[in-house]
Amino acid sequence: MFSAMLGEAWHAMGANRLRTFLTMLGMVIGVGAVVLMMAIGQGAEASVKRSISAMGSHLFVVLSGPPRMGGARTATGNAPSLNVRDANAIGELYGVVGVAPVTMGKGQVVYASNNWNTDIIGTTAEYMDIRGWGLSAGYPFSTSDTRSATRVALLGKTVVQNLFGEEDDVDPIGKTIRINQRPFVVLGVLDSKGQTLDGRDQDDTIIVPLTTAQRKLFGNQLPGTVRQIMVQAESDNVMSMVEDALNSLLNQRHNIREGADSDFSVRNLTAIANSAAETARTMSLLLGAIASVSLLVGGIGIMNIMLVSVTERTREIGIRMAIGARERDILMQFLLEAIMISIVGCLIGIVIGVTGAVLVSVFTQAEVIVSSASVLIAFSVAASIGVFFGFYPARKAARLNPIEALRYQ
Amino acid sequence: MQQSVIEVNHLYKAYQTAAGDFPVLKDVNLQVLAGDYVAIMGPSGSGKSTFMNILGCLDMPTAGNYVLDGYAVATMAADQVAKVRNQTIGFVFQGFNLLARASLLDNVALPLVYAGVSKEARHARASLLLEKVGLSKHMHSHPNQISGGQQQRVAIARALVNQPRLILADEPTGNLDSTTSEEIMAIFDGLNQEGITIVLVTHETDIAEHAKRQVRFLDGRIVQDTGAVASTVIGHDHV
Ligand SMILES: Nc1ncnc2c1ncn2[C@@H]1O[C@H](COP(=O)(O)OP(=O)(O)OP(=O)(O)O)[C@@H](O)[C@H]1O
Ligand SMILES: [Mg+2]
Repeated sequence: MFSAMLGEAWHAMGANRLRTFLTMLGMVIGVGAVVLMMAIGQGAEASVKRSISAMGSHLFVVLSGPPRMGGARTATGNAPSLNVRDANAIGELYGVVGVAPVTMGKGQVVYASNNWNTDIIGTTAEYMDIRGWGLSAGYPFSTSDTRSATRVALLGKTVVQNLFGEEDDVDPIGKTIRINQRPFVVLGVLDSKGQTLDGRDQDDTIIVPLTTAQRKLFGNQLPGTVRQIMVQAESDNVMSMVEDALNSLLNQRHNIREGADSDFSVRNLTAIANSAAETARTMSLLLGAIASVSLLVGGIGIMNIMLVSVTERTREIGIRMAIGARERDILMQFLLEAIMISIVGCLIGIVIGVTGAVLVSVFTQAEVIVSSASVLIAFSVAASIGVFFGFYPARKAARLNPIEALRYQ
Repeated sequence: MQQSVIEVNHLYKAYQTAAGDFPVLKDVNLQVLAGDYVAIMGPSGSGKSTFMNILGCLDMPTAGNYVLDGYAVATMAADQVAKVRNQTIGFVFQGFNLLARASLLDNVALPLVYAGVSKEARHARASLLLEKVGLSKHMHSHPNQISGGQQQRVAIARALVNQPRLILADEPTGNLDSTTSEEIMAIFDGLNQEGITIVLVTHETDIAEHAKRQVRFLDGRIVQDTGAVASTVIGHDHV
């Protein structure tokens, strides 16, 4: 009996193909949009999460220069107000497990006939631990390298590719490159870290000892000054305590009176990262919600057409009742039709959504994730929409009076 | 004594119209015994179709009793009434009322779907009946591909497919020419000989003469009955 009804529903769908297709289109677009939007949203979430874990945990960065509105990413003020002694003092604070003073600038790098302009980070050996940044080849530099300002460098993957070629036929370790005309020996190659939250390539970087950078690359700066100090706290729990301690310590060291503008600013990178993750999550929910509206519209389209169909087929319903169809048989017949339209529409929508997600990832390089959960959710929502919006027209059909239905012209 | 298939007592039917209640059936009494063959006649608007629809459980009376095959229809639940329409009664309409989208075979088999019969059995039974009405060659045709007389045969085959005790036919030959009408009536005659009770409505005397008993309606009342069963007359205040 049920299979006979399925067959009839299938038949009825085929009876008016164009109309069925147009009805389905709402569902197709709705499901396609949900699957695609969820894929994009979840992809964004995942890549944010990866950037956060690549950044390192419980991090502060102290920037030299007065705090600025609008959240400039790095202080680029002309006279760095922080110095290595500040960093050492911070290292003594309770709850701080790692400190790395950082000075940075641009550098022109040459190897053989290859040229590349990249970011140079001058820092101490501790920097690598704080950022949780390992090496894919070679060795890190040591405290003695920092002390004696040796000309050694760790290269990011992008730099390696640009200086030594995409193929791995040249081993960069031990080679001598020139940074701003001066020869440096390549000690190691950094692990690939991908992009930052704001889309910068973190692998387009060279790390050299702090003293080397200060004296031999950006030589005209005040000796000992640094642009930033990276600070790692012991755990999430001590973050706010460490933040307060950093502020009061530096205010004291820089002789800044209460209420006066300070010449440094402390940023909680972990909090910034968390809020970025939160934003990504909200975005992904929002995208899903917008897409769901189109599902709803698709459902209303199905209801609309089913109502038309019930009216058109009033006589047929009368005939069926006259030869023994029960209310529930008629209800089932129309409900099945609505569900079938939405499920077939949903399947097509899933195919389109997944295809769209693949295309997006191919053409924009953005990460997309089609999870089976999102497909399942879209599918079950579509099926329930079929039931929900199909029920009213189906019940209307089932409640028809047989003789009135038969008289209907 | 013979069992009665239809027993109607003091049946009233009024339609609600914009101008108020419009009485159509006014105290109709009728008893039909198993195996009977009844022709209902009467002028247009006298309430014949209204009466047939009530007999066919397609419509409900405003007042009065209708006992079908020993069961009072008024007390039945909706699903039971559907079952009666499916199994006890075969209804034949003037306008055939076939499903245009379905093949003749599927049309005839449709009542079996609602009876919960398996697909193989449905097709076997439906093709047997199409053969009986002489249409097995057109099994896979659609209703719009055959003549009116042929469509009415299909409708009769559909009415018979669940082996009902009672066939109700409202002007089954009303849309057909006289030759075709005779062919259809020959089918009804044969069915009655097999023992199926038949009640049909007609305007034509020669059609009515196929039946064993003629009942005449006038203005919502039975005014003449050539074979009234004794028991219905008892307590009948209109003679
Ligand atoms: N649904 C309805 N609403 C209101 N009045 C109706 C309805 N159906 C029938 N009538 C009226 O009831 C009366 C009887 O109608 P019915 O169809 O039973 O007559 P009939 O004897 O079958 O006539 P005919 O020989 O023309 O088929 C008519 O006057 C008709 O106008
Ligand atoms: Mg009539």
